[in-house]
Amino acid sequence: MLKTFPKGGVHPNENKFSTGKPIERIDLPKQVYIPVAQHIGAPAEPIVVKGDMVKTGQLIAKSSGFVSANIHSSVSGKVVKIDKVSDSTGYKQTCIIIDVEGDEWIETIDRSETINDKIDNLTGEQIRNKIAESGIVGSGGATFPTHVKLSIPLGKTCEYLIINAVECEPYLTSDHQLMLEKAEEILIGCKLAQKVVGAKKILIGIENNKPDAISNMKTMAQKYKDIEVHALKVKYPQGAEKQLIKALTNREVPSGKLPIEVNCVVQNIGTTFAIYEAIQKNKPLFERVVSVTGKSISRPTNIMARIGTPINMLIEAVGGLPQDTGKIINGGPMMGKALNTVEVPVTKGTSGIVIIPEKYSTRPKSYNCIRCARCISVCPMGLEPYLLKNMSIVKMYEEMHKERALDCMECGSCSYTCPASIPLLDYIRLGKANINKILRSQKS
Amino acid sequence: MAINKLTVSMSPHDYGKNSVKKIMYGVVLAMVPALLVSVYFFGLDAIRVNLIAIASCLFFEWFFQKFFLKGNTTIADGSAIVTGMLLAFNVPSNLPWWIIVIGSLVAIGIAKMSFGGLGNNPFNPALVGRVFLLISFPVQMTTWPKVSVLNFTMTDAETGATPLALLKEGLNNGKSMTEIIDSIPTSYVDMFMGQMGGSLGEISALALIIGGLYMLFRKIITWHIPVAILGTVAIFTGILWGIDPTKYATPLFHIFTGGMLLGAIFMATDMVTSPMTHKGMIIYGIGIGVITVLIRVWGAYPEGMSFAILIMNAVVPLINNWTKPKRFGEIIKN
Amino acid sequence: MAIILNTLISLSLLGVVLAIILYFVAQKFKVYEDPRIDEVEEFTPGANCGGCGYPGCRGFAEACVKAETLDGIFCPAGGNEVMQNIAKVLGMTAAEKEPQIAVVRCNGSHEKREKTNIYDGPKSCAIESSLYTGDTACSYGCLGQGDCVEVCLFDAIYIDEESGLPLVDEEKCTACGACVKICPRSIIELRDKGKKNRRVYVSCMNKDKGAEARKICSVACIGCGKCIKACPFEAITLNNFIAYIDYEKCKLCRKCAQECPTGAILEINFPPRKEKEAIKEQETTEVDK
Repeated sequence: MLKTFPKGGVHPNENKFSTGKPIERIDLPKQVYIPVAQHIGAPAEPIVVKGDMVKTGQLIAKSSGFVSANIHSSVSGKVVKIDKVSDSTGYKQTCIIIDVEGDEWIETIDRSETINDKIDNLTGEQIRNKIAESGIVGSGGATFPTHVKLSIPLGKTCEYLIINAVECEPYLTSDHQLMLEKAEEILIGCKLAQKVVGAKKILIGIENNKPDAISNMKTMAQKYKDIEVHALKVKYPQGAEKQLIKALTNREVPSGKLPIEVNCVVQNIGTTFAIYEAIQKNKPLFERVVSVTGKSISRPTNIMARIGTPINMLIEAVGGLPQDTGKIINGGPMMGKALNTVEVPVTKGTSGIVIIPEKYSTRPKSYNCIRCARCISVCPMGLEPYLLKNMSIVKMYEEMHKERALDCMECGSCSYTCPASIPLLDYIRLGKANINKILRSQKS
Repeated sequence: MAINKLTVSMSPHDYGKNSVKKIMYGVVLAMVPALLVSVYFFGLDAIRVNLIAIASCLFFEWFFQKFFLKGNTTIADGSAIVTGMLLAFNVPSNLPWWIIVIGSLVAIGIAKMSFGGLGNNPFNPALVGRVFLLISFPVQMTTWPKVSVLNFTMTDAETGATPLALLKEGLNNGKSMTEIIDSIPTSYVDMFMGQMGGSLGEISALALIIGGLYMLFRKIITWHIPVAILGTVAIFTGILWGIDPTKYATPLFHIFTGGMLLGAIFMATDMVTSPMTHKGMIIYGIGIGVITVLIRVWGAYPEGMSFAILIMNAVVPLINNWTKPKRFGEIIKN
Repeated sequence: MAIILNTLISLSLLGVVLAIILYFVAQKFKVYEDPRIDEVEEFTPGANCGGCGYPGCRGFAEACVKAETLDGIFCPAGGNEVMQNIAKVLGMTAAEKEPQIAVVRCNGSHEKREKTNIYDGPKSCAIESSLYTGDTACSYGCLGQGDCVEVCLFDAIYIDEESGLPLVDEEKCTACGACVKICPRSIIELRDKGKKNRRVYVSCMNKDKGAEARKICSVACIGCGKCIKACPFEAITLNNFIAYIDYEKCKLCRKCAQECPTGAILEINFPPRKEKEAIKEQETTEVDK
């Protein structure tokens, strides 16, 4: 019996077209747009000005608080502008715009291919500082600054470091490919992270639809006694932090609390690779693997893209945007954001670009709720989406809070499964936003 | 580059293959075996009743939607067909057409559309229609034609009573159980196959169970409600039978006769009017089982399934309130 | 006969006993309420719109009775008439207030503001605006999903099908402010109704730079400042590339509207301009094209 989380979940079509496609590099863009807010928390403050020459890997915006992250230039060239540019939501955001000239990396980066597995010369504290310096954020999509996540609050201990290699989103294969190509580096990254949090054991959870990655990781992990690789039953949303902890350790993170409450810390597999590169290769986070995929794409693949590359360049690289494109999603189809333009840049949280043909891009027509209770049975958090939706419509926000609307992690299982195609999650999100507003006003 | 305007919506961007239509037509399909059995035993009358009920339900659905609710007509979603068929399954095959139309009007017009259409009705529409007819036209609703295999002439067939009615009548006349059972012409095998007096769709246990299994397979229903109802009835009547076999019928008799299986599999499991959580479904099923047996054994009517379901329908909002699903990461207060 | 008698006696006895119980309970749990609250409530419109800031008309009446002066308490739905009546009942004075009306500060109709993408979701401005900038490139303009229509208790606002923008019914609008609060883009503003219902205002909220604003909407305020120079009363201010006309200072001379190169300044309920001006206006629009 494979492990999984017990309550709820759905099985969307996997559609992993880019499986097994080697990670490619594409030509550098002529211009990059690097947003200063690519993470949760305070936006970074630009430290370059118009006209400055920057090198690849150079710090260009400094973290402006504890929950914030440094931002490094992903190319070498000239800063042409620091301006407000529309991001993927269309709202304006400060971006540093750099004209690319050559590709000159800062000297400290070790660009050799050799694997450096010496991890004894640094203390946990030093590693964490280095992670913070390198601007690493969670690469799964939530983009929470990694050094904050690796800080264990006083009085708590970490027993398990859980590595999230589930990749439960349909279409996306970037983590999968990373595990095939960079398994050794990932494991060293895991060990480094373990050193920071002082975990006794590292558990790597991989869904069973990636047998090659599981076997590859298992063979590589043999030399480490405290790393366990677990195959998990395929079920969405297994990649959600709380669900993954439940699946691997059978511990339930209490409502409203963080995983450290049950002595766990969760890291994404892409993040551990970034940690390896930052510590062992001195390379800050300025590029990441992005799956560019979709049913209508001629050559779906995985691309190592520099942060700030406009998304249309990635699409050009896989054969251009098909005529019948109806929707472009930044991230996976279950939790990603639909884009209204292809001019937006790749950021630290971009795990994939999914292109959906027009035929599948609109939602089915919605009917009355027939109270079939499917939303309840698929909700991994044990909530009642139909009830939350109704409360949100009639603005009963306090009652909604009592029904634990804030536990909702917006996995979308309810909307996915609803036979009446009711946009449950849209209304729940609205309700959550209003609850948060009320809570904030109560605090102040 | 892009020629089309892109569509923007909130996540998720992928959708499952469930749809209201699929569910409704799935239920219709699950009722086909019972329909075939009814045609086998009651002849063309069975088709006549079904067609009238479905057509009038569709008409009223369209009519009320168009002139009272002012929304898009939803007759294509199949829910009116389900209501029509269930109503037809719940009446004798020789019912005059105008009574069926009145039943449809009550079912769709009063029980469904006046609450706002599909999904908003607190009571099962078909059952409301049936109970309305049962109270308004008691003679027509309890005159059951005798079954006659493959009789396709539309002549007035002989009429007889259902086993449950015979049981009630016998007990009221002070007969002993063995006498009554002997007087009932149907054996358990007949009951299982459907050769007994009764409403159109309720006669064949086998066909209903096949339909139920199909719905389970298609995940249209879960096992909780039928099992809870049948289990409760079996246990309850089993205890009574154990106390005094001369006064009370066997559990098997109770399960195979009357609308027990039709109710447990098709009526009580109606999504709109049943509880949302599995725990709630079991409470609901137990309630239906207990009330049915109470009515059958001590009540004035020989059959209590429809009343039991309607009574429990009324309790569903309360059950939903009591039986919240277990929240993930809930901190249990000591 | 005996049955009827028994029934009559027992039922009347029951009735008497219950009545006595009820009487004592009512005495015991009686709550004193100022009778003036009822009187004041009589005068309120009874719409419970909440525009006054109190929970419903009853809450408003309670607040009026409790308050020492009627300053700062105003029933927008009832207006001055209601306030004077209330003042009479309470023996206080209520200051006359200029009647107001809700004004939609976006003029980006379908043809003037091109759609750049398709929004696929529930008909709710709140949801659409939390997701992204909306189906036009303007991140400040009206989304046209009609949250304001939904919230209006007086049926005074509706979405015009042709333009996709909300229109305010001048007769019905009570300036309760519900739409102002609900609009996620803060487009709707309460302004003085003006003499003869005439109003002049900037019908745009776009804070982008001029060129950008112009690109996404042909009637955007581009922040050129021409209106400021034209205004003889210093009623216009310019912030974040957007002009704002102070309705308290504006004397409705309409000079600003003439100057506006994009036609973002709207003049409502004015008689048509004289011919000379009309020609001039035509010229400017031609130049625009």
